[in-house]
Amino acid sequence: MPQSRYLIASAIVILLLALLPLSGSRYAIDLTTEVLIYALFALSLNVLIGFTGNISFGHAAYFAIGGYGCAILLTTYNWPLAASLPAAVVLAGLVAAVVGYFCVRLTQIYFAMLTLAFAMLVWGVAFKWKEVTGGDDGFTGIKMPELLTSPVAYFYFTLAMVTVGVAALWVICHSAFGLTLVAVRENSVRAGFIGIDTRRMRWAAFTVAGAFGGLAGALFGMYHRGMYIENAFWTESANVLIMVLLGGIYSFIGPIIGAAVLHLLQTFTNQYTPYWPTVLGLILLVIVMVLPDGLIGLVSRVRARWGRA
Amino acid sequence: MTSMLSIQGLWKSFEGFVATRDVSFELAAGETHAVIGPNGAGKTTFFNLITGHLRPTKGSVAFEGRDLVGLPPQKIVRLGLARSFQRINIYPRLSVFENVQVALIAHEGQQWNLFRPGRSLYREGTAELLDLVGLTREAEETAGELSYGKQKQLELAIALAAKPRLLLLDEPTAGMSPQETAETIASVRDIVKARGLTLLFTEHDMSVVFGIAERISVLHHGEIIASGAPDAVRNDPEVKRVYLGDGSHG
Ligand SMILES: Nc1ncnc2c1ncn2[C@@H]1O[C@H](COP(=O)(O)OP(=O)(O)O)[C@@H](O)[C@H]1O
Ligand SMILES: [Mg+2]
Repeated sequence: MPQSRYLIASAIVILLLALLPLSGSRYAIDLTTEVLIYALFALSLNVLIGFTGNISFGHAAYFAIGGYGCAILLTTYNWPLAASLPAAVVLAGLVAAVVGYFCVRLTQIYFAMLTLAFAMLVWGVAFKWKEVTGGDDGFTGIKMPELLTSPVAYFYFTLAMVTVGVAALWVICHSAFGLTLVAVRENSVRAGFIGIDTRRMRWAAFTVAGAFGGLAGALFGMYHRGMYIENAFWTESANVLIMVLLGGIYSFIGPIIGAAVLHLLQTFTNQYTPYWPTVLGLILLVIVMVLPDGLIGLVSRVRARWGRA
Repeated sequence: MTSMLSIQGLWKSFEGFVATRDVSFELAAGETHAVIGPNGAGKTTFFNLITGHLRPTKGSVAFEGRDLVGLPPQKIVRLGLARSFQRINIYPRLSVFENVQVALIAHEGQQWNLFRPGRSLYREGTAELLDLVGLTREAEETAGELSYGKQKQLELAIALAAKPRLLLLDEPTAGMSPQETAETIASVRDIVKARGLTLLFTEHDMSVVFGIAERISVLHHGEIIASGAPDAVRNDPEVKRVYLGDGSHG
């Protein structure tokens, strides 16, 4: 069964990742930690885009809320990590529920614009609320538990949290709820006529996406020992959106691939030229012109070409 | 017999154009009732008003004594009133199986289940419904790639998955070959009998209409101009003049 094949493949990937610190390369460990966090971030957005058919331009808001939330609880309030992290996830989910309540009243470009507007509001709060967030100096000096201060320890922590997050999203996306979301995406009028409240389904998807985006953000803030207003800026929302599109929205793992490829490309490009935005533009061009289904779509097209299912 | 569906003084206008004009209508439980009339007479609009797809300009619609006006489609379906669409309205990129499966998931209220794998649910029920409409062999095909006639059959299966007491079929055989039409009508008749459904349908094929309808209502320019037993309607002079006589069935 494909199900058990996925499980085995995932176990192998996790095992290989777990062996990475044996390489002794700090660079590889840091880069992989970042990729893992972005993979979860992109995957959370795809609940909304790929599964529900709603394109959000403001997903960085929930990443930032999770990041700031966890950082502030750990540092300002001295909460233990075991409480700060879940609380940050819940906070991001709650804000997503409030914002989503309004956004799902709209569809398509109007929906996208409203998500963008709310995300700019979140950025504004991070910028203005200096006493709490540090304003444009950023929130720095996050207090981390002793146990997680080494890069290798934090890498393992991230690997564990991302694995849990991805597994949870896998279950949700393949659940009865997930299948119903796909029906809403495919034909929301018909979904109404089988008894589905499509607006509430989209609202729930928005909330789920926000909560898991918040988890990614919390991991990100702790990794950098700081959160900055740039993390809430609309360019971050665009970045994660491109990751999702690059990987492919109609498969579960597409966004993971997209996140890895885009982040690695960005890192390497930045070593050689200051023109990352130009390169990003070219990538976007390629997606739109030749990869409408992303890299995953390309893989299945090549496979079909060579006669394998 | 008691009225299952009771409609009073129903109006619908689209920016001044009246598509439904003062329609009053009673449908008895257990009845098989056809709504006929030329193209553009307002049959689909009438169905849209009943099922919550459109909001009436005026008038009332009651199903088993419950006022439906203002309720969204999803609430109306859950009261036991399901429909199919004249223009194919399925999930084209899902498999045939999933098209029906998700309707059963919705009917059973499992759309909020975030844990149980969707594809493992109600497989038997889905297979039964596909068998009922003759789509067993096509179960794993992509719904959008089925022939037109088979997509219409899928429409029917999706509507039946809601386990309705009142079924509304909008032109269930439009675009079908004569053989598909005959098969579809035979299966609709069997299903309606086996499940004790009340059926309200529109249809352009008069042999189908007079073959299975117990009562017929004729719509013309949004108005019901005749309603009654098939023979009475067939011989109604007004109906003959505007519809049956002129050969332009649509
Ligand atoms: N949403 C709409 N907006 C404007 N006019 C409509 C709309 N729906 C139907 N109509 C008009 O109402 C009339 C009845 O259409 P319809 O109910 O589809 O007829 P039938 O199903 O009997 O062929 C037609 O003239 C059609 O153009
Ligand atoms: Mg019609």
